[in-house]
Amino acid sequence: MRMASSSSSSFSSASMALGDEKPHVLAVDDSLLDRKLIEKLLTNSSCKVTTAENGQKALELLGLGDGQHTLNSIASKVNLIITDYCMPGMTGYELLKKIKESPTMKDIPVVIVSSENVPTRIKKCLDEGAEEFMLKPLQKSDVNRLRCQLTKFSNPHKGMLCMGR
Amino acid sequence: MEVGQMQRRLIEYTKSLFMEGILDDQFLQLQQLQDESNPDFVVEVVSLFFQDAEKLLNDITRALDLQSVDFPKVDAHVHQLKGSSASVGAQRVKNGCIAFRNFCEEQNVDGSLRCLQQIKQEYYHVKNKLEALFRLEQQIVAAGGSVPMMELSF
Repeated sequence: MRMASSSSSSFSSASMALGDEKPHVLAVDDSLLDRKLIEKLLTNSSCKVTTAENGQKALELLGLGDGQHTLNSIASKVNLIITDYCMPGMTGYELLKKIKESPTMKDIPVVIVSSENVPTRIKKCLDEGAEEFMLKPLQKSDVNRLRCQLTKFSNPHKGMLCMGR
Repeated sequence: MEVGQMQRRLIEYTKSLFMEGILDDQFLQLQQLQDESNPDFVVEVVSLFFQDAEKLLNDITRALDLQSVDFPKVDAHVHQLKGSSASVGAQRVKNGCIAFRNFCEEQNVDGSLRCLQQIKQEYYHVKNKLEALFRLEQQIVAAGGSVPMMELSF
């Protein structure tokens, strides 16, 4: 677990005063309804959001698609990836694995969300390196909590988010 | 009817939907997400639910009509419907889906057909109720009033 340089463990509005320092979240879900929901939840919490409808598109956005380079992708700007577990094609778990296998992306926290509370599924995801497993539908309190934790998970490419006063 | 009366009527109407278990807390979460930057958020999300639900109910109906039912496929559709209904707070539809999945697991065609009927009824019920709710809101706004926020505890 990386140590944040800030001594404050709770989110304070002062630490995110910088206009372009909004955390950038990549949200992956095959349901348009759920993408719309998570996007609103996140933007209401002052996050910048990019959505993807499946794992393949998510990987392409991160520059991890076949034959791609991370250079022109959003990879260096993403602070958190939230992905649904049950998706056709590539599941959220498979996406998680691919992200953790990438030298450039492996440190980006990945949160898995699912409508089903299956202990073996949860364990599998956490063992593979998921930061958290959350139940759908996500609520404001869930996003507030993630938002707080984001100040601790700073993206090494972006530097520390919380100045800590 | 003046604005205050309409607002009270809306609150009572909404409350009744919760009391009857037609809507659950998730619907309130949606309302709380709505703001001036996206004043039609709830209507938009609920419309997506209506679209999803109608397509999925059709798909499920067709799938159950086949000589040899592909239960994993039916289950996948029901899972999606469960997700959408849960996301908007359509509690009875969601609960119907949970029951339905048990029949899918048992590969029980008759049970599935009965469940599907039940879910269709619940869906059209919540659809009517929500459309009535949105109409009430529109009337308030048209009369120059603002839509009251539901309290979380009642």
